[in-house]
Amino acid sequence: MDSEAPSIKRRPSRKSVTFTDEKLVVNPDGSVTMDASPADEIKETAQSHSAPTEPQDAAAAAAPAADDGLDLSLMKKKKKKVKKEDDADAAADEAAPAEGDGAIDLTMKKKKKKKVVKEDDEFAKKLEALNIEGKEGEEAAPQEDEQEGDMDQGTGIWAHDETKPISYNALLSRFFALLSQKNPDHASTGTRSYKIPPPQCLREGNKKTIFANLPEICKRMKRADEHVTSYLFAELGTSGSVDGSRRLVIKGRFQQKQIENVLRTYIIEYVTCKTCRSPNTELSKGENRLYFITCNSCGSRRSVQAIKTGFSAQVGKRKKMQG
Amino acid sequence: MSIENLKTYDPFAEADEEDSGQTKQTQEYIHIRIQQRNGRKTLTTVQGIPKKFDAKKILKVVKKEFACNGTIIGDEDSKMGDVIQLQGDQRAKIKDFLTNKDEGLGLDAKTIKVHGF
Ligand SMILES: [Zn+2]
Repeated sequence: MDSEAPSIKRRPSRKSVTFTDEKLVVNPDGSVTMDASPADEIKETAQSHSAPTEPQDAAAAAAPAADDGLDLSLMKKKKKKVKKEDDADAAADEAAPAEGDGAIDLTMKKKKKKKVVKEDDEFAKKLEALNIEGKEGEEAAPQEDEQEGDMDQGTGIWAHDETKPISYNALLSRFFALLSQKNPDHASTGTRSYKIPPPQCLREGNKKTIFANLPEICKRMKRADEHVTSYLFAELGTSGSVDGSRRLVIKGRFQQKQIENVLRTYIIEYVTCKTCRSPNTELSKGENRLYFITCNSCGSRRSVQAIKTGFSAQVGKRKKMQG
Repeated sequence: MSIENLKTYDPFAEADEEDSGQTKQTQEYIHIRIQQRNGRKTLTTVQGIPKKFDAKKILKVVKKEFACNGTIIGDEDSKMGDVIQLQGDQRAKIKDFLTNKDEGLGLDAKTIKVHGF
């Protein structure tokens, strides 16, 4: 089939295999970026992103935008909870990361704040009510402002008795921070899918397709060329040969995407471990002529079906008879 | 909103599925394959439809519904029974037909294997 041929969707899990040289990185803030850098660096970027300083940066950026009055009313709310003795300390704690500009700025804020607290109790309450009623634009900025405090020490928003809802971004960055701290394995591999180089397909003449980088892909998957080849032929319902430079010549016209789909099913069937989904497995011939996949990550072992060609219709019989 | 944690989840569901597939052997599967002919023409073959269904009747219905020609090939060598062969890429359509409870055979989608790209 040609380009118009829609490829059939079979399993959602196929999406876990990606054909790319680049690395997909899921940032703690939820955004997904493509990174061409090698795998080792990614972990670092992920860590630095997920460091507890990030929400504060965001807060600092948002602080100038926030309305002074709104900001302070919220600050006041916090103070109500904190005991009187801790008052000054807590305020300093919370204000410091948000206002990264310096001491002068901080003191200014503090003074202002205290004034407002004493004078404008009603005003603050009104503002709070407004906030609750949901002025989206105004609400967004102060909410980001709230997400302060040190996660590890459990201060600010992370305090044990803090009742304010923690923003999604803050929680997400906390998750990534903890993950990279306690489970670096998952942080480095869990978010990324299995990558193999995209198959290179060339057209030879009108009726044949050359799959140029089959050896490379097989090496990446740690499978014998012959095994992959026979699977490809069985699935595509065709035959072919290997040329002088170990390229696979497939009879029929196939597109890169179609080959990708077949490789994807191959990986799911014959490469990934069904227990831990690790692609780090080995295919070996066990007893009874059965093939087994042994996982190098978790040690599980499972048998796989031999590749079967199944029924194949006689194609081009008439042509042969004529010619 | 639903609570993800409380959804009933059978940790052995997948394993069971695998087991039954292994023990029942491939005979139980219905294979839908595609083959390229000359040019941009293709053939779809359906192999392993349960014996209780009449292949001829299925073909008759399917030919009309998909607006394509087709034939039944007695494939004696592989003991796979009759194979329905349709012209063109009918894989998605035939799968729908086989699984549709109202207008099709109402088979379990798990027993159907779609091959090809
Ligand atoms: Zn494993």
